[in-house]
Amino acid sequence: MALLEVRDLHTAFTTPAGTVNAVNGVSFNLERGKVLGIVGESGSGKSVTAYSIMQILEKNGKIVSGSVKIDGQELVGAGEKVMKTVRGNKISIIFQDPMTSLNPTYTVGHQLTEAILLHTNRNKKQAYDRAVEMLRLVNINEPHKRMKQYPYEFSGGMRQRIMIAMALACEPDILIADEPTTALDVTIQAQILELMKSLQEELGMAIIMITHDLGVVAQMCDEVIVMYAGSICEQGTADEIFYNPRHEYTKGLMHSIPTVNNDDEKLEPISGTPIDLLNMPKGCPFAPRCDAAMKICLRERCQRMEINEDHAAACWMNVKEQMEQEEGGEEA
Amino acid sequence: MSNMENLVEVKNLKEYFNITTGMFQSKPLKAVDDVSFAIRKGETLGLVGESGCGKTTVGRTILHLYKPTAGEIWFKGKKIETKADIMEYRKKSAMVFQDPYSSLNPRMTVSDIIGEPLDIHKMYADKAERQEKILELMNRVGLNSEHASRYAHEFSGGQRQRIGIARALATSPEFVVCDEPVSALDVSIQAQVINMFDELQDQMDLTYLFIAHDLLVVRHISDRIAVMYLGKMVELADAKEIYDHPLHPYSKSLMSAVPVPDPKIARANQRVVLTGDIPSPLNAPSGCPFRTRCPYACDACAEAMPELKEVSPGHFVACHRVAEIN
Repeated sequence: MALLEVRDLHTAFTTPAGTVNAVNGVSFNLERGKVLGIVGESGSGKSVTAYSIMQILEKNGKIVSGSVKIDGQELVGAGEKVMKTVRGNKISIIFQDPMTSLNPTYTVGHQLTEAILLHTNRNKKQAYDRAVEMLRLVNINEPHKRMKQYPYEFSGGMRQRIMIAMALACEPDILIADEPTTALDVTIQAQILELMKSLQEELGMAIIMITHDLGVVAQMCDEVIVMYAGSICEQGTADEIFYNPRHEYTKGLMHSIPTVNNDDEKLEPISGTPIDLLNMPKGCPFAPRCDAAMKICLRERCQRMEINEDHAAACWMNVKEQMEQEEGGEEA
Repeated sequence: MSNMENLVEVKNLKEYFNITTGMFQSKPLKAVDDVSFAIRKGETLGLVGESGCGKTTVGRTILHLYKPTAGEIWFKGKKIETKADIMEYRKKSAMVFQDPYSSLNPRMTVSDIIGEPLDIHKMYADKAERQEKILELMNRVGLNSEHASRYAHEFSGGQRQRIGIARALATSPEFVVCDEPVSALDVSIQAQVINMFDELQDQMDLTYLFIAHDLLVVRHISDRIAVMYLGKMVELADAKEIYDHPLHPYSKSLMSAVPVPDPKIARANQRVVLTGDIPSPLNAPSGCPFRTRCPYACDACAEAMPELKEVSPGHFVACHRVAEIN
């Protein structure tokens, strides 16, 4: 049994302009000790997927249907009481912006021990010791002194370390990292990613890494999910996604980023602009921007299709290819 | 005396900001401290560094948006000094800003935003010519002429950046400073805008100073790259050379920190992870500013800032120990 099982998750937001279906039928499994990357552009539903798992959606957002199971325990519809025992203990989250996710009016020590007291049975003294231990774990020097300081006395990279320390203090099975390094400089980003990787190996937890940066994915992730307009267009192991992309959107993404090998070539951008979630087309959501779009792409959405045991994609091109192969096989 | 091949030259540029530190006290923040470089005609010079290193300040000071504290700026072999010089220089230079959401006036129509530089420099005879010029610019950056009477909020991020670029090109400048022009855009849109910068450079014979923190983007678009750290320029070389063979210890760690979108390369990459954070520019270390994080720092580094020296043709490095550590 997988640690986390998400099945056919639908999340919608009610807005004055209409209902926005931010997540449309997302399914995946996360095994213990693995790093799963979720990539996509703004509005692709990658963060909403994570917030739905944690059930920390804004007031106007709601899980419409689907199932989220952790260790076999169903979370959708389980109620706030159950979720309080899950958050922090089983799943923790770190957010993009380390500048605003700490409370500026409390010391870092207060905020760390508060989280530990809330989620474990430790007393104040034990919680303090645990907090100091966690600061040490994320390589913050002089932890006893640092416990008494306020967030403004820390740099951006250090604040993100504190967020990581807080998220890991109760030894969760899953850490969700929502664009954890986007607000940081490259050398600090390298420090934080290195730290997350080593902690993940040490503590054996699973990580869901949400990012738009394919470089971060290549460095960190075992498995990758590519999202577009609220649905998964492709999922598989990192090597499969990078070296054998089988969805036109993933291919487009790979061609549109500068790498070390293509600097003399022109980039091949994806034409058009990201989709308006209020006016979703009937067929494949990527079809209006897709150069290879066929008639069927505009009419009907392609179902997920297994490419091999490590790889699945939802693109009619694969169906077409398969049919051509079969025809070719019959003739021969 | 100046080399005519260089379109823009910066000599010993300093830009200090006074920061209030107490009721009657203030302290200079040395955002740019003694930087000299030249940009050749028709090239793209990439300027990289982390937040607070002074790269944006260089971009703004070079256009005289900030009055330089000290130092000289030369354009086409002429020193920019008087007000008239600056006005003339501004006609020949332009800037594209980072944030396409806040750099466009929400109360102006697209045609007025693009037409404003034309108004300021009185570059048209009558209204019809103005309109014609605006439509030509919109066409050039891939905007539909029907959009001329709309407002900025009606456009997506990528289209807004196109409006910003059209505005920058209105006076047919020769020199454009691009300050993080693609970092606010989604990946698929980034490539569209980067390609457009390339095409416009060919069509209009432009020279760019391209400021960005995304090293792969900078490497893709630039001919040469300069690296800054805490207000100083530490290395300057050809784009590929500096990426493949960085010589300064800071550039080394910066280049190795770039997340490469290729799992096999990323796994094999031996990173030089720096410890610690960037010191505050208000309390910059003496001598070489990088010495507090540098694995090779010695006593000499604390005493004097090393000069930017040419160690191989076209490759400039500011490090006392560059010969020993490479």
